[in-house]
Amino acid sequence: MAQHDGDKATAAGSELEAVSPRTVSTGTAVATTGGAFENPGMPPHSPRATDLDPRKDKTAERRVGLLFLFSIVGSVFAIVAYIIFPIVPGDLSSVRVNNMLLGVGISVALLAIGLGAIYWAKNLMKDGEWEEHRHPTRGSEDTRAAAVEVFTLGNEESGFGRRSLIRNSLIGALVVSPLPAVVMFRDLAPAADPVALLKETLWEKDVRLMRDPANTPVKASEVTLGSVFQIIPENLAGREDFLEQKAKAAVLLMRLKPEDLHVSPERADWNYQGIVAYSKICTHVGCPVALAEQHTHHLLCPCHQSQFDISHEAKVIFGPAKRPLPQLPITVDAQGYLVARSGFHEPVGPSFWERS
Amino acid sequence: MTTAQDTTTTKSPVAAPTRGSRFTGAVANYLDERTSISGITKELGRKIFPDHWSFMLGEVALYSFIAILLSGTFLTFFFEPTMTQVHYEGSYVGLKGIEMSAAYASTLDISFDIRGGLLMRQVHHWAALLFVAAIGLHMLRVFFNGSFKKPRELNWVIGFVLFILAMGEGFTGYSLPDDLLSGNGLRIIDGMVKGIPLAGTWISYLLFGGEFPGTAIVPRLYSLHILLLPAILVAALGLHLLLMVINKHTQYAGPGRTNDNVVGVPIMPNFAAKAGGFFFVVFGVIVLISSFFTINPIWNYGPYDPSPISAGTQPDWYIGFADGGLRLVPPGLEFVLWGHTWSFNIILPLIVLGLFIVLVAIYPFLEAWITGDKREHHITERPRNAPTRTAIGAAGVTFYAVLWAAAASDILATHFHLTIEAVTHSLQALLILGPIIAYLIAKRVCLALQKKDREIALHGYESGRMIRLPGGEYHEVHQPLDDYERWRLVDYVDYKPLMIRPDARGRISPVQRVRAVLSRWFFEDRISPATRAELESGEGHH
Ligand code: HEM
Ligand code: FES
Repeated sequence: MAQHDGDKATAAGSELEAVSPRTVSTGTAVATTGGAFENPGMPPHSPRATDLDPRKDKTAERRVGLLFLFSIVGSVFAIVAYIIFPIVPGDLSSVRVNNMLLGVGISVALLAIGLGAIYWAKNLMKDGEWEEHRHPTRGSEDTRAAAVEVFTLGNEESGFGRRSLIRNSLIGALVVSPLPAVVMFRDLAPAADPVALLKETLWEKDVRLMRDPANTPVKASEVTLGSVFQIIPENLAGREDFLEQKAKAAVLLMRLKPEDLHVSPERADWNYQGIVAYSKICTHVGCPVALAEQHTHHLLCPCHQSQFDISHEAKVIFGPAKRPLPQLPITVDAQGYLVARSGFHEPVGPSFWERS
Repeated sequence: MTTAQDTTTTKSPVAAPTRGSRFTGAVANYLDERTSISGITKELGRKIFPDHWSFMLGEVALYSFIAILLSGTFLTFFFEPTMTQVHYEGSYVGLKGIEMSAAYASTLDISFDIRGGLLMRQVHHWAALLFVAAIGLHMLRVFFNGSFKKPRELNWVIGFVLFILAMGEGFTGYSLPDDLLSGNGLRIIDGMVKGIPLAGTWISYLLFGGEFPGTAIVPRLYSLHILLLPAILVAALGLHLLLMVINKHTQYAGPGRTNDNVVGVPIMPNFAAKAGGFFFVVFGVIVLISSFFTINPIWNYGPYDPSPISAGTQPDWYIGFADGGLRLVPPGLEFVLWGHTWSFNIILPLIVLGLFIVLVAIYPFLEAWITGDKREHHITERPRNAPTRTAIGAAGVTFYAVLWAAAASDILATHFHLTIEAVTHSLQALLILGPIIAYLIAKRVCLALQKKDREIALHGYESGRMIRLPGGEYHEVHQPLDDYERWRLVDYVDYKPLMIRPDARGRISPVQRVRAVLSRWFFEDRISPATRAELESGEGHH
């Protein structure tokens, strides 16, 4: 097939076509044709009811005026509502009433202006179709030549192209100059190394397991089959970095029947009579794993549905997470309260580059 | 200037100037002598705007942005962007005495102790949702109309930047009140950032000013939310509108419309009245929704605490696709290689979503290269007349929609009594198959519609009236089209595929081969517009 170049039929790009005819790189040929119909031109104009009937025109005018007046009513209503329906402290319904009446007043005020203006434009303003010519976006050849001339003069008068020492050193200086700003971002965070921080939690040997949020210790005997405890470490309370520490140290505690627990030999003494403690922070991107299914012993992360099997050391059975929830080794102290046997043996929470 | 109507309109008989007109005259003179404003007014005042309902989507975005600016400014007068811990002593009984950040407490105060505060919060949030939705629909409109073609490719890219900024504004705003949901959103961001190879740990550390959650993130996001992002957004928006004025709006094919003109109504007064009125309507609707429907009732969620969470909570709608991406990733994609942790369960969705977004951004350039079309286009294309593009768009929309649905996989499962596994696996399959099916269907539908248009252009509408011919057979009378109606159906550019041709040195480069293949894929299946010759030959006249 050879060239079927755009024949005169469509106006598509005709103006620009004259300036830069359609050409593609020499390796290809193009072909276009348009509908071989002629553009019939603007259709005849049909007048609106308001153009023909002066009474309709008058009615429309009155409607617009009424809408604008109605808008004033809305604004006044809003102000009145603001004053006579105040918020009564402690009374939720007063908030709701204030919100609703104020809002209705304002929306009436706005909507009436809007509808009035549109109605006016559609029915009373001069109707019809106007036409405006398009010009090619590119400047005329003269303008373009003049623009090129500006740069040529700029180059000649400054010697930017000629004086390569000045040019290159300037480029170098400009490239280097933002670097101090980049470096200054370092103190967005404290000096300490994040990797060390991410690898430690408040849990260590003999730290008691406390109920969250009551902050009371838990006796092993209180952990009945099927119950789930939200746990924080004893040494968390009152800390300056309470939330940061809690975000790493939160633990879920539950008891399984010993025959349901599949324990690997090196973790044989990490549970206490079937009571196990696992990090509550999902190993995917760190949401709290909150939903426990009692009969299946599954934990579900509500964020992206990762599921962990508590009877198999919290290994992942579904979802995007890969690693099991880290287990906190526990035992009881002299008073029978549950305590950590040690800290976590691996970092908790989402993965990070330096983790392994 | 060719005019269907004289754009300057006939002069009305000169009446004695009223006081009002003397005053406006004096003001105009004062301004013009100091600003040359008469030039701009003359240039822009009677510019012509074409009319179509779908052209109003961008307007909705613009007007909801204005509503956002106004309500957001009100909020800044009361909102305290710090994470200092305070004891709440405001009038919401349910949280009295609880420890929380000043950000959360001040948001409660805005909601319960400042008249109109709750309304402004709800206006701000509803307007934000509408803003992003309107931009999204506006983008789809531009895509399916081919309105991104030369000379508007750059404006597509600017619009794309606006879309990203809008989502950024939305996310930073959502995080400010420091409630349980916003904190969980940040937690997910923190986890995702940490999964980035090499720099992730440090980016998170610097972003949060230490370990998550720290006390720096809310004030930092606040600077972004009310200063940096809005400034960039307003600048990009200005550029977007400026280019729109320079390029002039596209218009649908129609009688009297050509690639060399714009047909519509002038800015002053008609378009200004309609658009100005429409602004008030959009704003009014946002306020009306905000008067009756609660959005983001943070008092129900409680202050951020890293431990509790509730099931079935959803991010704002425009974040859903990213959340869905995280949910649909195949299991087990995290490895330790060369002593480092590679979280492909995070990297993979980031790459896929990133590629998707980049494809959206550069689509105009890809299509221009494939078509080899360097002409200016000002006629809005009907989606059916660009079947391949429309099919690509349908595939893209499906891909996005599946990711979006996946963000609600748990809700889908409980609602339809399915297991989460079944829902996830179906969505995974749909993410791959859905776009392919959508592509094929959309293309077929476009071609069928084109065929139908051609039929109608040549033979007219079916009138539904049957007549009996002398020979005895029955025949349906077709209502012929007038020239004006027909023109709408036949005025579109009919491309043919590029053909490979040896270049000046008699060689065919591999790049040209690829281009020809792509071009064939793009244009092979197509229906040419009906021509006058066909109509006159009476071909198929029953
Ligand atoms: C496209 C732009 C913007 C979007 C999409 C957006 C979105 C949001 C959202 C979703 C919230 C959470 C509101 C809530 O439910 O509590 C928010 C909060 C806020 N925004 Fe914006 N916003 C935008 C621009 C602005 C601007 C320009 C300002 C200031 C001039 C502003 C000021 C605020 C303030 C002070 C808050 C916190 C107050 C509160 O949560 O009640 N926003 N924003
Ligand atoms: S954070 Fe738990 S599955 Fe994503």
